[in-house]
Amino acid sequence: MKRSPKDLDGSHRLLTRRTLLLGGMQLGFVGALGMRMRFLQVDQADQFRLLAEENRINIRLIAPSRGEIFDRNGLIIAQNSPSYRIVLVPEDAGDVEQVIANLSRLITIDDEDLERARAEMRRSPPFLPITLADQISWKDISKVAVNAPALPGITPEVGLTRVYPLQDDFAHVVGYVGPVSDYDLSRIEDPEPILRIPRFQIGKVGFEAKREASLRGKAGAKRVEVNAMGRVMRELDRREGESGADTQLTLDAELQNYVQARLGRESAAAVIMDVENGDLRAICSSPSFDPNLFVRGISVADYRALTEDPFRPLANKTVQGTYPPGSTFKMVTALAGLENGLISPEETTWCPGHLEVSGRRFHCWKRAGHGHVNLLDSLKGSCDVYYYDLAIKVGIDRISEMANKLGLGVRHDLPMSAVAAGLAPNRDWKSRVHGQEWLVGDTVNASIGQGFMLASPLQLALMTARIASGRSVTPRLVKSIDGVEEASGEGAPLEISDIHLRNVRKAMFAVSNDRRGTGYRSRIIAEGMRMAGKTGTSQVRNITAAERAAGVIRNQDLPWERRDHALFVCFAPFDKPKYAVSVVVEHGGGGSTAAAPIARDLMLQALYGGTPPLEAYPASDRQKIEAQQERLERERLKRRESSGSDQA
Amino acid sequence: MSYLEYHSKTTPTGLRKILYLNWPLALLLAAAAGVGFLMLYSVAGGSFSPWVEPQVKRFLLGMGVMIFVAMVPIWFWRNISVVAYLMALLLLVAVEFFGTIGMGAQRWIDLGPVRLQPSELMKITLVMILAAYYDWLPGKRTSRPLFVALPVLIIIVPTFLVLKQPDLGTSILLLAAGGGIMFLAGVHWAYFAAVISAAVGLVSAVFKSRGTDWQLLKDYQYRRIDTFLDPSQDPLGAGYHITQSKIALGSGGWSGRGFMQGTQSRLNFLPEKHTDFIFTTLAEEFGFVGGMTLLSIYVLIIVFCVATAVSTKDRFSSLVTLGIALNFFLFFAVNMSMVMGLAPVVGVPLPMVSYGGSAMLVLLAAFGIVQSANVHRPR
Repeated sequence: MKRSPKDLDGSHRLLTRRTLLLGGMQLGFVGALGMRMRFLQVDQADQFRLLAEENRINIRLIAPSRGEIFDRNGLIIAQNSPSYRIVLVPEDAGDVEQVIANLSRLITIDDEDLERARAEMRRSPPFLPITLADQISWKDISKVAVNAPALPGITPEVGLTRVYPLQDDFAHVVGYVGPVSDYDLSRIEDPEPILRIPRFQIGKVGFEAKREASLRGKAGAKRVEVNAMGRVMRELDRREGESGADTQLTLDAELQNYVQARLGRESAAAVIMDVENGDLRAICSSPSFDPNLFVRGISVADYRALTEDPFRPLANKTVQGTYPPGSTFKMVTALAGLENGLISPEETTWCPGHLEVSGRRFHCWKRAGHGHVNLLDSLKGSCDVYYYDLAIKVGIDRISEMANKLGLGVRHDLPMSAVAAGLAPNRDWKSRVHGQEWLVGDTVNASIGQGFMLASPLQLALMTARIASGRSVTPRLVKSIDGVEEASGEGAPLEISDIHLRNVRKAMFAVSNDRRGTGYRSRIIAEGMRMAGKTGTSQVRNITAAERAAGVIRNQDLPWERRDHALFVCFAPFDKPKYAVSVVVEHGGGGSTAAAPIARDLMLQALYGGTPPLEAYPASDRQKIEAQQERLERERLKRRESSGSDQA
Repeated sequence: MSYLEYHSKTTPTGLRKILYLNWPLALLLAAAAGVGFLMLYSVAGGSFSPWVEPQVKRFLLGMGVMIFVAMVPIWFWRNISVVAYLMALLLLVAVEFFGTIGMGAQRWIDLGPVRLQPSELMKITLVMILAAYYDWLPGKRTSRPLFVALPVLIIIVPTFLVLKQPDLGTSILLLAAGGGIMFLAGVHWAYFAAVISAAVGLVSAVFKSRGTDWQLLKDYQYRRIDTFLDPSQDPLGAGYHITQSKIALGSGGWSGRGFMQGTQSRLNFLPEKHTDFIFTTLAEEFGFVGGMTLLSIYVLIIVFCVATAVSTKDRFSSLVTLGIALNFFLFFAVNMSMVMGLAPVVGVPLPMVSYGGSAMLVLLAAFGIVQSANVHRPR
């Protein structure tokens, strides 16, 4: 088509005009782009810079090392030891299954662990390390290290784990730690992020659990740069955490070990307390268990063995177990009577072997009766009728009040699991809990520590310590935290007349040192070490009238769980009391035969700070004691060796 | 016959043509490519492989192609434009049947050593044929319905084929560039007003109908449109790219975080950091200053093209130059809007800078035609 120059000129002008129009629009758009860039890069730069940093920087927690626990002499009770584990980085391994096969030729890997590791591998990116085996022995680790060239992607790693070198001795006191479980997390409101560190250990039971806050420490953190896949590119900086507070207990590991050995396989509990300041020197529940089992993850069989044992090794009988205190309670009734001016030490009561109270006959343990008894005789021979009579005069409320004053029926705040309050009942309590009126018969039962009355071995030791010192001492388990001494448990003087206390102590001295005292056979003859005590035998069954008529069945003829509990409390030296000891042997029979000999051995061990000389014992016992000392020495040596080899 | 052929005696001949190349334009193109090399070097973590080396080779080849195309008289290009368009169309149809799957879409034809992307070719040939058409059409007929319908058909057919691949970005570019040339050629503005208002009416009808009895699309289709328009609704899926891109841009600040110091790109938070999203790396490492520098280079390239177009009396030269400049503008405008979160994510590379197969070659060949128009301008 032919075009005229005029047409050309016209369309050229139009083209130029439209070009300028379109160009203007383009320029406008470029301006808008520039504004947008300015907005993002200048106005909002800080915000986006922050987002970029959040993108690339990850905070990783560093687990703090847990505070260690020592005994009063600096012996270690709970420590952190290196633990070795084997870690696989799938990305570096190449053929993962081949590497695992090579590894299992060197060391044994649990099938369960392997399954878990494989599942983890499928879920996580290939550069994240996966634990194949935990708590590996040093020997296995060396094997893996030596064969490293055949095991690409495998690295031995070292971490820290809790170890209790003294094994059974402190299982009930210190408890144990374990990895945080889902249950733990669900129980804690707003759990600290540190708890989400894999395999982080927290206190589960006992002191470890109660003092978790001070033992745990503060997590450190490191800032790492990660890429979009989450792979760590480099570490930017790190802040070390604060390790937990080291704690020194008042306990004496040597003594504790002796007590545990002395209690042996008996189902028993013993407490040794310093009467001056309330320091617990030993607090043992028997039988015990090895807390290290729980740290590693206890096997089902081991756990079943522990829970099905009738002697209840997992229970902490010293603070958690409560028993009718039996005759060891008589000091309380006596002091209540003396303090309220209802009896004088010389006043006597006639004991015919029983007492008729509102139509019901209450028996004394001695069928023939004690005859005329005063305060001293009543404790020495443990006459029940004397206390039945006294209790009716005093009334339960005043007895209960005295019991509380001496530390019974009161919960003592100790950093241990399930510390029981026991029970020193009064009228109010019975109407509140049982909705029934308090009966005179209840008072009669309570007077000799039976009926509703319940006390833990700790409380019994405390009661004895308060009687011995005349002060309101409180039990103390923690000596110092990070070198800072804790408050002493010395306490204020008891509001009990000194003369009355002295009379009761004198009577307790007679129990152990008078030929006719119930604890005479377990006396100490070393001068300046003389002991004052009180036996107790508490019934766990009712003796029917028919049985009483036919003759009470002897303890050794009863099944174990129906036998009487044997109790003994004592303090020594009599002239200047240092230690109070309580021993409860569950279903052990009589207090004088089952508990008193143990209490004497413990007391002597504490007083001498080691094996006592045979001269401290009455001559008739020395041969037997010598054999026992040798046996215990052997057993303790063997135990120490086995724990030693475990550490290596 | 056009204006130019009457005056062909006054155009330079032989090797003297080299002197008449628009050298400032060539230098600006080289500068843009240089920015590309720098950023490709950076995103590779300070290495010439895998991207810088092939990109440099491709650029040098492209410059060669540009000069070669520039040497050929502009009327030759006008005369072959119909054939070129038809061939490009044929190739587009061919990828429909023989195309290789790449990036989730059928885009390439494998011709042994060269992998050809016919849609790239179509961008130029469409501009060429439209320019030739309006060169041929007398001005007073430009707005007659029949003569408007023909170029519309010329534009719609390849646009539809590209959309079917599916390559939304390129088909938008084709449509916009084609429409732009029609506008420049002087088609009456009422047509554009009609089309735009019809489009606006349709879109608003689609959105207005939502949730009513006469809803035009299915619910899931609306949801898909929602995330397309506002990716922040889906921060881990479609929104992730755009969010990370904005973070990279914004964290650059005034002067950037320094060469090879961009954490977003170095740590792989940026998607497609060497292709479509390369601008964010530039903006992260060189900041507002760096971004504006590249934008200025682009604006200057367009200014030089417009200057060439306005100064020639040959209608084909003007239209083809403006069309290519418009194409170039659309390229970087869409890409930058996309990475700045102003437009939905469609796969459009940043011209001369993104690492890309045939894009740079084709672009430089296109600028060869611009240069040819400049060289063969009567003086």
